[in-house]
Amino acid sequence: MLYITLDTETDFDGWRKAARSLVLHHIQPTDITWTVQGGEAELFAPPAPSPILEVNDGTFNVSGKFVDLAQSAILHRDPQRFAILYRLLWRLKDNHDLIEVATDPDVAQVIAMARAVHRDEHKMHAFVRFREIGRERQAHYVAWFEPEHHIVELAAPFFARRFADMPWSILTPDLCAHWDGHALSFTPGVSKSEAPAEDRLEETWRRYYASIFNPARLKVKAMQAEMPKKYWRNLPEASIIKPLIEDAERMTGAMLAYAATDPHKPQKRPEVPMTRKLAADDLDALREEAAHCRACPIYKDATQTVFGEGPKDATIMLVGEQPGDKEDLAGHPFVGPAGQMLDRALAEAGVDRKKVYVTNAVKHFKFVPRGKIRLHQKPATPEIKACRQWYERELAVVQPDLVVAMGATAAQSVFGKITPIGKTRGRLIDLPDGRKALVTVHPSYLLRLPDPEAKALEYQRFVEDLKIAADLQKKAARAA
Amino acid sequence: MDVQRKLEILADAAKYDASCASSGTEKRDSSDGKGMGSTAPGMGICHSYAPDGRCISLLKVLLTNACNYDCLYCVNRASSNVPRARFTIDEVVKLTLDFYRRNYIEGLFLSSGIIHSPDYTMEQVVGVARKLREEHHFRGYIHLKTIPEADDALIAEAGRYADRLSINIEMPEETSLQQFAPEKDVRAIRRTMGRLRLKLDEAEDSRSAKTKARPQRFAPAGQSTQMIVGADSASDHTILHTSSNLYGSYKLRRVYYSAFSPIPDASRALPLVQPPLLREHRLYQADWLMRFYGFDVAEIVDDSAMLPLDIDPKLAWALRNRDRFPLDINRASREELLRVPGFGTKTVERIIATRRTTTIRVADLARLHVPQKKALPFIVLSDHRPAPHRLDAAGLIERFKPKATQLGFGF
Ligand code: SF4
Repeated sequence: MLYITLDTETDFDGWRKAARSLVLHHIQPTDITWTVQGGEAELFAPPAPSPILEVNDGTFNVSGKFVDLAQSAILHRDPQRFAILYRLLWRLKDNHDLIEVATDPDVAQVIAMARAVHRDEHKMHAFVRFREIGRERQAHYVAWFEPEHHIVELAAPFFARRFADMPWSILTPDLCAHWDGHALSFTPGVSKSEAPAEDRLEETWRRYYASIFNPARLKVKAMQAEMPKKYWRNLPEASIIKPLIEDAERMTGAMLAYAATDPHKPQKRPEVPMTRKLAADDLDALREEAAHCRACPIYKDATQTVFGEGPKDATIMLVGEQPGDKEDLAGHPFVGPAGQMLDRALAEAGVDRKKVYVTNAVKHFKFVPRGKIRLHQKPATPEIKACRQWYERELAVVQPDLVVAMGATAAQSVFGKITPIGKTRGRLIDLPDGRKALVTVHPSYLLRLPDPEAKALEYQRFVEDLKIAADLQKKAARAA
Repeated sequence: MDVQRKLEILADAAKYDASCASSGTEKRDSSDGKGMGSTAPGMGICHSYAPDGRCISLLKVLLTNACNYDCLYCVNRASSNVPRARFTIDEVVKLTLDFYRRNYIEGLFLSSGIIHSPDYTMEQVVGVARKLREEHHFRGYIHLKTIPEADDALIAEAGRYADRLSINIEMPEETSLQQFAPEKDVRAIRRTMGRLRLKLDEAEDSRSAKTKARPQRFAPAGQSTQMIVGADSASDHTILHTSSNLYGSYKLRRVYYSAFSPIPDASRALPLVQPPLLREHRLYQADWLMRFYGFDVAEIVDDSAMLPLDIDPKLAWALRNRDRFPLDINRASREELLRVPGFGTKTVERIIATRRTTTIRVADLARLHVPQKKALPFIVLSDHRPAPHRLDAAGLIERFKPKATQLGFGF
């Protein structure tokens, strides 16, 4: 039997050095007893610990995952941990992949130990409660904590990063950590009586704790699963948990029994009536009215009505299909990728963008959610019909010479019937009211084309179509 | 009124808001020696738990519980007879710092009743965050409630200081909001969510852009919302549909479901009963299935439009889709494994890593932390194959039903 004595309970480097040497000397796990200096197990050890066998050559690899796990598991309070880790290391040297086998008893146990250590570390971060000694600027903050495992060194840097500007000490039975505003230091463990017994803010904290708790939702088990009773001893709020639980039933009963009160008269938000008389040329009033439109179900899932925009005296009115994701969020037409493409094409065609009124055939965004994105959906005919009123009223106000319908939905709205783009595209068509119409594709159709060559070609055709509008705009400008 | 009494009133007024996590923000600390506080990108820290089982990680208070509005479900509504209080900006700042120094909290969750105007209220809320960040160099977590229709500049400033912004949708359907909160405008709430998402997207783009310009900061922990469950008659299907729409439209980090619980001085229009905690729990489970397991609303809730209360939604889905089982877990794809009752995402990763080296047997399930009773009827292992008639048996569901107990307590 070999007796290996480590310097401290958390001496990972010592364990690692010894373990490495032992493996290289083919020492079986069952032939080793691990102890810690000053620890109980030493009683059974021979007076002088076995010298660590010197190794000069030979090396072997283990996965980094094992090293990570071992570094955590070694902080566990189980006295068997050094032996268990060695046994696993012994098996790993010939079977690297074993560390991935979560069903292996040794692997499972080491994982469980590492998890217990990290949970305890996390609980220490959460449940340390500082008490102030001295006041304000010269104050020193001292906490008493009883960790389950050897985690003080592991957990201390967190407090140093968080409370960098105040001197603090965390006292525990194993080890104490101190921060002076510059560096961490550690001293041996002390007893609870060394720590301050109270803090001037604890009563305030308890009042907060009592007030934030909803007695109608009592779930004591859920609380204890996350805040096990073993930590309660040092939590200032724990003293009122029992009375709060006992009182919860009475308080809820009182709330339920209390006669309900009649609501005050609600000050109802003014709805804009659909029939309100508007000045014929009042685009803003029209926009405001459309913001409350419920004429078809699309509005329900959309953010807002995206109404047309542009000068009231525009000679050209561009009609798109429906707002997209970005337009829906921003509340403005053609601000997304399709809008950018449209702007570019308009500029190339020579259309003065500032003098164009831009709108959509359907004013709300229709989509289906797919995880974190919204898939655009084509509006149905009844929806296009329902929304046509807004297009008609915009038309009546703006009175453009030319309406450019981009895409099938727009064409359907402009002509009042399903109108295939292919046949009508790229030429001026007379509308019954004396205006001209021009049909072309929707810029988002261009965005969707996968083949770059076809895309470039189609884009050119789109610009050509828009040039017809540009000519008309120039003519109108000359006439004016 | 002293600060302690104000704290009691204003924490009491804030306790019906479920959205209180402190997770998912950027990494910060105070090791430069200036100011105090830190945050980590992963999980936030719950510093305490209340007997209602909920985590206390933040100082959650209202700036004032006075409110111009009269939303029936709300304890702070104009017509309620609760005592009123108002914190000054300095009082909240001091309480936050004092509590933080003692390690009671991770930061602040500040909300407010709407007084004077949305802009005035938002300005006050932002004022607290500004003081904490600019004057005290506080690096802890800050969650601010956004006031709908507040000015864009104030929202932008809020996003500079806060880790998370939220705005509560409150009711799953527009019609119920009209009924219970006639002065609130669901469109304004959604518009604000839309504006927040545009700003969040911009900040994200500026972070990923390879320019020298300092990335724009806007609420690194994103936005969240809360929906009250059980005050109106909306079905679970409606609720989950609304959530999935909110996740997709506004990239919310979380939708919180808050079982409507009796409030002091409640209105007659509301159900004065125990909060439907079990229903709330099932909704959270269903929400997880949507966010992490690739389920669609239509798959989770069937025609009955309500989630079963006696079994969890994933088990309910599996029982409705028995033709997809039993599944050989030594062969199945990740997507398939994620749909096995009792398998969490971590379990699935462990299974995939383990089966590369060895085949998985019944005895291994415990070490993989799989609840055997729940999973066994649905899986094939090298030494286990459920008898076909067992999966078909109409009585299978009975195996899973818990003994007749209810969550919470009865009267
Ligand atoms: S899509 Fe048009 S008709 Fe339908 S609700 Fe919106 S504005 Fe009204």
